[in-house]
Amino acid sequence: MSEEKKLFKVTIDNITVDVEPGTTILNAARMIGGEVTPPAMCYYSKLKNSGGKCRTCLVEVAAGSTADPRPMPKLVASCRTTVMDGMIVKNITSERVLDARAGVVEFLLLNHPLDCPICDQAGECHLQDLSYEHGADGTRFEFNKRVFKKHDLGEYIQLHMTRCILCYRCVFTADQLTNKRVHGVLDRGDHAEIATYIEKSLDNDFIGNVIDVCPVGALTDKTFRFKNRVWFTKPVDAHRDCSKCCGEVQLWMRGDEVFRVTARKDEWGEVKDSTKGGPGWICNECRFEKKDPKDWTIDGPTNVNRHSVISQGHYVNVVKPKETLPDVMGGRGPKLLMNIHSVSDVNRPEIELSKIPGPAHSDDFKKSLDNGK
Amino acid sequence: MQTLTNRSKQVDRHPMTVWEKMYLPAIAKGMSITLSHFFKKKPTINYPEETRPFSPVFRGLHILNRDEEGRENCTACGLCAVACPAEAITMEAAERKEGEEHLYREEKYAAKYEINMLRCIFCGLCEEACPKDAIYLSETFAPSNYKREGFIYGKNDLLIPDPKKEPELYKKAVGERARKA
Repeated sequence: MSEEKKLFKVTIDNITVDVEPGTTILNAARMIGGEVTPPAMCYYSKLKNSGGKCRTCLVEVAAGSTADPRPMPKLVASCRTTVMDGMIVKNITSERVLDARAGVVEFLLLNHPLDCPICDQAGECHLQDLSYEHGADGTRFEFNKRVFKKHDLGEYIQLHMTRCILCYRCVFTADQLTNKRVHGVLDRGDHAEIATYIEKSLDNDFIGNVIDVCPVGALTDKTFRFKNRVWFTKPVDAHRDCSKCCGEVQLWMRGDEVFRVTARKDEWGEVKDSTKGGPGWICNECRFEKKDPKDWTIDGPTNVNRHSVISQGHYVNVVKPKETLPDVMGGRGPKLLMNIHSVSDVNRPEIELSKIPGPAHSDDFKKSLDNGK
Repeated sequence: MQTLTNRSKQVDRHPMTVWEKMYLPAIAKGMSITLSHFFKKKPTINYPEETRPFSPVFRGLHILNRDEEGRENCTACGLCAVACPAEAITMEAAERKEGEEHLYREEKYAAKYEINMLRCIFCGLCEEACPKDAIYLSETFAPSNYKREGFIYGKNDLLIPDPKKEPELYKKAVGERARKA
């Protein structure tokens, strides 16, 4: 019989939690949850060997362990440091950590273009959240931000290298989910960039997951590109029978149109485990080709944190009042003084934006205008 | 009953006398008040021939701004629509194609942009939300219209004239306030 597992006692921001040996400080903090959890830009629990690159999860270790209670001299990356029994960790209670984190955010934003108004990731971007919380108002950077030659990664995935923070998550995803990785980080230092060496498109059944793991808007869905803003679409849990993946996804709908399909995410912004066990990665077919609500069985709206911009305008639990006019008027309904759909140029029924393969262009709108008249 | 102000007067309900029933003195009194107004300063003006100066914070009809080269500033980021308490703003975005760089400042632009002026409450939150300096509330009133359909303002109605092609109209649209600032 194996002996009873000894649990390590670790104190994070004055909250004590018992965790198994070998757990990282970050995961111990996630067990507590809430504000105590350090933010993570590169660590991804579902990807082996991820973490240790972005330095946003730095914490202060005030006491190494019960056996050796000396503090660690420098701040440590909580995603890579395992806990010891009796360890005392300071995250938001430490001035040093907050200062260091503000510095890390400043570094991450040095070359980030801050084109959030254009970026499709805005609203669900981890860097955006991080800079809101820890970033400074201005920049001290006086040089030009780096620019890159544009790489085409095929018809499904859009790469914006300027937004990349080099977290390597997409590289690990390609290594661990697909049988052949064709993209990687080329060059070094300031020139380092995600690319395929020779113009090559990413086409593997599971390569679409790089979009979900990307913490910023560097890798985005081309089939959703510029179609709508994230916060105007309604997240709905749905599933279908898929031979390649678990088939459990989140549809981002507007009306009856499916604008985007993503994997379901947990509270840390990582892909949720599917009900069949294992991380719920989804295949390219589910992600890019099933843009018809008929393809899916809808399970119901996704629970969204009330403070997220994505929850705006969704009006959960709204009771539609009964139309009383027909009762009073002997069956005659209210007279519509103006039907907005006959006047408005936006959301015309003949333009189904969600069905256009790539981003819409000026001719898409012109075409429909000719058809309409 | 306690009164709110000390200016309230009890209504006099006594039956009218014969002198009062003739009404003539009351009419004369009323006419004298009217006559006296002929010689007073008029509180109104002859709009539209004359206009009053706008307050520096006046919020009128929206304009969609262009940059110095005449390119549209709006990138259809949707922040004005999300800020709008009346949900009056809708838009559809498109990607700029090669050869359209002189029309739109950024990679993404609003292919359709609409403000429902029936819904708009002229609060100016769209102006405040805009990260691209693209929408402004100008110094004009929203013109009246006989039909509701006329109040759905598209991009044609909202865009400011091109400063390169029509500098005069552009200057007029920019208004007094901007020139001072």
